Formats: sequence, structure tokens, C-alpha cells
Amino acid sequence: MAKIVGSITSTHVPALGRAIAQNLQEDPYWKPFFDGFPPVREWLREVKPDVAVVFYNDHGLNFFLDKLPTFALGAAEQYVNADEGWGIPTLPPFRGDPALSWHLINALIEKEFDLTTCQEMLVDHAFTLPLKLLWPDDQICPVRTVPVCINTVQFPLPSAARCFKLGEAVGKAIESWDEDQRVVIIGTGGLSHQLDGTRAGFTNKAFDLKFMESLVSDPKWATQYSIEDLVELTGTQGVELLMWLAARAALPGKVRKVHANYHIPISNTAAGLMVLENL
Amino acid sequence: MTDSKRSREIPGTTLFDSVQARKGYALNKMCFSFNSADNRAEFLRDEDAYCARYGLNETQSAAIRKRNVLDLLAAGGNVYYLAKFAGIFGLDVQDIGAQQTGMSKDAFKARLVAAGN
Repeated sequence: MAKIVGSITSTHVPALGRAIAQNLQEDPYWKPFFDGFPPVREWLREVKPDVAVVFYNDHGLNFFLDKLPTFALGAAEQYVNADEGWGIPTLPPFRGDPALSWHLINALIEKEFDLTTCQEMLVDHAFTLPLKLLWPDDQICPVRTVPVCINTVQFPLPSAARCFKLGEAVGKAIESWDEDQRVVIIGTGGLSHQLDGTRAGFTNKAFDLKFMESLVSDPKWATQYSIEDLVELTGTQGVELLMWLAARAALPGKVRKVHANYHIPISNTAAGLMVLENL
Repeated sequence: MTDSKRSREIPGTTLFDSVQARKGYALNKMCFSFNSADNRAEFLRDEDAYCARYGLNETQSAAIRKRNVLDLLAAGGNVYYLAKFAGIFGLDVQDIGAQQTGMSKDAFKARLVAAGN
């Protein structure tokens, strides 16, 4: 049976693409962010995942407002990165795992999660850059991937409680997969930030730190908040913490914190990074 | 007909809800097209013709001409798509943030740093 080895949750921002391409890892602005990653890579070398299930949000590369799914799950042989309009270098395609994808689709729809299924799916910086940060030296990402995209573009967004339940169902489905495979759960987005409006530049360190701590001690803590509460507390894009919640919920039972990092700012964003594994 | 449910007020923030999504559809569709380098070049060749082809109204076209992010948001723009428009001019989210808050980019960046202390 498949085994979930743990979760990695990380911020994503487009500017990271340029920072990676220009080798700015030691640049004083970027260093506090990049320095968070070596312990995560060390952990990955120990737990040796075969496949990654990645919760992320599309920013208008694959999906437009003409057809915008609340939850979409990739079921492709590969996922292609493409021009997002601001000139960051594209990364080579990521290998899919259609067998796991269809196992998840069947299990989740059985559990009343009415997914959109995608046999072709472009993946944007929210998917590609965190994977590149985890495996920087590999030309091609060494694990197979299953993207799970959650709408954070157009309201109404799915609630925090609903995203938590989605994550729980994904975790249970993975554990029922009859393959001897090791699966890492990844969630990308957040933490607090706001790009738009006169409140642009808003961050909330106290909330972010409480949220990160809650994922270990009280994982449903953030589900008490409505989406609008979360926007008020974390910013219009801070609501991407939904990806962290879904990733955490996919881990069965109690967890321990393997590693965490938190730094303000990269770009406009309070950057968080966290690795959890089951006790 | 009006939408039965508008989002609640959050200071300095416009949620991209059904009202905005309907109002801004043409504008956002144009900005979505800027994923393509060919489309970005074509926009730069004749901005007004490009806006007209996507059916922008006068308020939206004027906001595009002024490169004014708050006006674009008010006209129904979504920041994820507007970021692609800004990208044509090499502007990043800190440039956009500085413009919306009426600060210099350096002051905006300094405020972000201060929030981490």
C-alpha cells in the first residue's frame, strides 16, 4: 500500500523564478528565504518520495474566468509550464502519475468531492517553483506529480473547513492506493500578503506564526474562520493558506514538526516553509 | 437584477466577487491574453485597437491608458490578470503596490521589511 511520508508547505511568488535563474541564493535580500531549504532537501533524501501530490492555486495560466473550477485534479502524463506574461524562465515539463490521479479522482468523487478532471493542464509558478526549490539540482523534477488546484481567484472560494475535508479525503485515498509507493504532500501559497487595493503590502506576522503552530497542535484551528475573515486577517492572497490546510489535513493522525522557516518579506509576501511528518 | 449577496467591506480591499467578475470580464480576458508574447507585442503596436477588439468599455480603456491599478480594479480587473498587464512594462508587484498606496517603491519595500521586525 502507498505510504504518506509527510508534508511540505511553502510560499510561492513569481519573483522566485528570477531569483533562481540569476542565482541570488546568497543575495542578502533572498538569503533568509533560500536558507530555509537545505534541511528540507536533507529530509527528502531520507524519506525518498516517489510521487508528490501538490495543492496549489492557478494564477490565470491554465484556468480563466470562462471556466473556473473550485477543485481541479490533474490526470495527465505530464504537466507543462508556460509563459505567464512576466518573463520568468519556464521549467521543463513535470512527470505525472495518471494511475494515482485516477485512483484519487475515483475515491474523491465517491466521497462527494465533485472535481474537475484535467488530462491536459498547464502548471504555473505556484506549482513549478516550490518543486524547483526542493530539487534544485535536477534538470527534470525527480518525483512524479499530481496537481490539485484550488480556486483562489474568483469568489466564492471554498471554505477553510471544506479545504481541510478535501485534504483529509486525499490523504485517505492515497493510503488506500494499492501500490508500494511513497507519497509526499506539498501545499504552496501564502502566507499573509496582499497585492491589490490601498491595503497592498499588508502582512500579519502574529497570525502567520499562530497558524503555523496550529498545524501541529490544533490542525483545525483555522477552519473556524470564514474566507472573508481570512482575507481580513491575512490579505487577499494570504487566503492561499488554504493549500497549507489541505496539505496538513492529508496527513493521518498526529504530526511532528521536522523543520520550519518564516521570513518577511520576499516580494510582497510573508514567506513560510514547514515540513511535517506523522508521529 | 442585482446580485443577492455582496461581500462584506474590508478596508482597502475589493474582493473579486460576482459583481467584479461580471463587470471586469472583458478587461480580464484581455489581460489573460497577455500570457502570449505575440499578444503582448500586438497590444504594444496598437493599444486602442487591442482594447477595442476585447470589447473594453471606455472606463476600462482609460484605466489601461493611464496604467492605473486602482482604476483597473474598480473597473472589475482581477490582480492576477492585471499582473500580466503590468509585466508588459516590466513592473512587478512592488511597483504595483507602491502605485496603489501612493508611496515610492523604496518606501513600500521598507514598510514590508518593517512588518517583519
